This record gives sequence, C-alpha cells and structure tokens, in this order.
Amino acid sequence: MRYFFAALFGFLLLALTVFGIAGRRGTDFRKPPLEIFDDMVRQAKLRPQVPNSFMADGRSSQAHVAGTVAQRIGDHGNDTWQGTAENTGMEPGKTNFVATIPVPVTAALMARGRERYNISCLPCHSATGDGNGITKKIGAMPVVANLLDKNAIIIPDGQVFHIIGQGKAPNMQGYAANIEINDRWAIVAYVRSLQRARFATLEEVPAADRATLK
Amino acid sequence: MSDIFPKWTNKLPAMVIVGGMIVGGVVTAGITYYMTPKYARVGYTPVQPVAFSHAIHADQLGLDCRYCHNGVEKSWYSNVPAASTCMNCHNQVLKDDPKLALVRESAATGKPVPWVQIHKTPDFVYFNHAVHVNRGVSCVHCHGPVNKMDEVRHSKSLGMSFCLECHRDPAAKIRPNEHVFNLDWQAPEGFAKSGGAKLVKDWNVHPGESCSVCHR
Repeated sequence: MRYFFAALFGFLLLALTVFGIAGRRGTDFRKPPLEIFDDMVRQAKLRPQVPNSFMADGRSSQAHVAGTVAQRIGDHGNDTWQGTAENTGMEPGKTNFVATIPVPVTAALMARGRERYNISCLPCHSATGDGNGITKKIGAMPVVANLLDKNAIIIPDGQVFHIIGQGKAPNMQGYAANIEINDRWAIVAYVRSLQRARFATLEEVPAADRATLK
Repeated sequence: MSDIFPKWTNKLPAMVIVGGMIVGGVVTAGITYYMTPKYARVGYTPVQPVAFSHAIHADQLGLDCRYCHNGVEKSWYSNVPAASTCMNCHNQVLKDDPKLALVRESAATGKPVPWVQIHKTPDFVYFNHAVHVNRGVSCVHCHGPVNKMDEVRHSKSLGMSFCLECHRDPAAKIRPNEHVFNLDWQAPEGFAKSGGAKLVKDWNVHPGESCSVCHR
C-alpha cells in the first residue's frame, strides 16, 4: 500500500511539473509552435510568399519576367497589354493625355472611387483632398499636393490617371502595383467630384441636405 | 497458497481501478488541454525582422488594412505588402532609420524581408480570404484586434471547431461590408437576429459544414 501511494504521489508530482513547464493556454511565446507528425500539415507544395529552395531566387512567388506585362489582371475584362486610352491614360499612338475619363462614369464607379481613394490616397491627401492628411499632420511629410489646387484641377483626366499609376517626382511613388486600372479611373472620377464639391455653392446642394451643412 | 499471493494482493484490484482512473483522468485532461491549437498556437508572438507596429500604422495613423494587404479582396490569400508599398511613405518618413534597413534593401534589390508567418492553417485546409471579407467576415474575427497590436500575436485558435462555430451560425458574426475593415466596429444590440440574419439571406450565405467545403 505504501508503494501504491508513493507511486501515485510521484505521478501527480510529474503531472504538476508538466503543468508548471507547459503553462496555461494563451501564454505568449516566441518560438514556433511545435508540430508533431507534420507531413500532411506542411505539404511539399507551393504556397505564395514563402521561402522556396526550388526557385533560383529562393521565393515561391516569382516576379514578372523582365519586359513582360500581365495580359489580364483580376476580373478586369480589358487586355491590359494594349495601348488603349483606358490602359495608358493617353490617346492611342500619341503622348498627350486624354481629356476625359475613357470608361463609363456611373454611380457605382464613383462609389468604388470613394472607397479606393479612402484606402490609398486619404492618408496623405486627406478625406477632402486638400493635402492635409495624417502624414502632414504628424509632420512626417512636409510637401503633399493639394488636389483642390488649380494645378491639380486644370490637368486632363488622363494625367491624373497617369500620376496615380506612375507617381509624381520627387515624393510620390506610383501605385500601379497596388491599384488596378479600373480602380484608378474610379479614383480619378472621385477626385474630380471632390474638386467640384470644393467650389460648389449652397444653392447646388439638394434642398433636403442643406440643413446638414453649416 | 498464502506463499504465492501475499496479503497485500487482496487490495490489488482496488489499486488498479483507483490508480487507473486517476492516471487515466489526468492524462486525458492533459491531452485535452494541451494537444490543441488553443494551447499550441494561441499566444505565438515571434520576433519579426523589422519591428512593424500595426498599432501605429492602422490605429494611430488610421491606414486601412487594404493599403498594404491590397490583394485580400481578390485573392485567396492576404498578401504581405511589397517593400515598395512601405517605401511609398518611408522614402520620406524615417528614410535613414537603421530599423528600416531591411525594407530599404528589399525595395532596392528585390530581396524579400524575412517576415515570420504567424497564422498558418494546415496545408489541407483551403481557406479563401476574398470570399470571407467580401461577405461580411471581418479581419478581427480570425486575427483578433490586430490594429491594437504592437507585435502581432496569434490570438484565435483557428482550429476546426473555431471555423465551425461560425459556419454553423454565420448570422452571429456577419457584419455589413462597410465595417469589415473597421476592426473596432461593435454590432449593435440584437444585430445577429435582425441585421445579421438579413445579410445571410440577402447574400445567400451558405457556409456549409461538409468536409469538402474546406478540405479538398
């Protein structure tokens, strides 16, 4: 009987030690989680953006071959490699920018433009477009273009499109990799509406909405 | 006979039963408690090569999740941003800070920043980010309040029971699409019954519980 209790005591001591070392659920830890028998959990297949020794540069997601472009991106039904006004913002075969947006401007495009503007442009150019976004407020970027300025208003739509995609030296980098072509035109439409709104008069606001303004 | 079986053996059956129950109980409890992602993964906070703070970028500065994770609405996986995306601001902000050396090097040479992946579903699970975020499932449901984290921490188990909890009752968690990337959004009282149920119906959400929904 003595040995029985001794063995039981030993076992409980062991269990307590395990608990003491392993700790409770949800404790923060730095080392990667332990995975036992992980041959199905981590299969030998390509996953995006992870190291991969098969490729020469060690990555699973490969960059475009130099000098090539994607034929189509996403559900954009336009052949993006063609030099159309929609793709380049320029008149086909020329270097001057198209004056107006070459895609149909609908309420849906405008709503999309507002959403995309608020994601990618608002941090610097602010919700109204006046260039007083958070980056200027915290003093991180001294120079941010005011989109309601005359210089931004007189340029053709195609040039606004071009700046979104290719950036504007010296400070703004291009967003071609982050914003799809359709969305760039949507943003152009929305920026135009911000500029229009800046110089609107009270009489142009629908009577029902005037009370909401000061 | 007493020479073969000493007297203490009379208590042997009781010892085996009681001992077996105690040992078996403790071992079962231990396995139940420890051998699950709730223990194995929750709390994983690796040291990242660049001390990127979501709390500063998403919460203080108010950047939308999609400024960096710009593919999440179109793709099955949520991309880690290219270093060029960081450089959109950091070509001016902290442009010579040694903490950002790896990012600058990556943008200049194409050498990836060796970020440590935290949320890793098993390879036999086919989770699709786009279909979730486009139908009212917020980042916060699976990743926790990332916008408050200085270091990203694995905060939900992402085990199978975690997925099924929502797949069995999507109305309880679903939210309007405009609040998917607003991680601080709180559903109004009773939203699941009225608004949530309506979204499930309007969007024709049938998450499914059969194996092949997630395992192919």
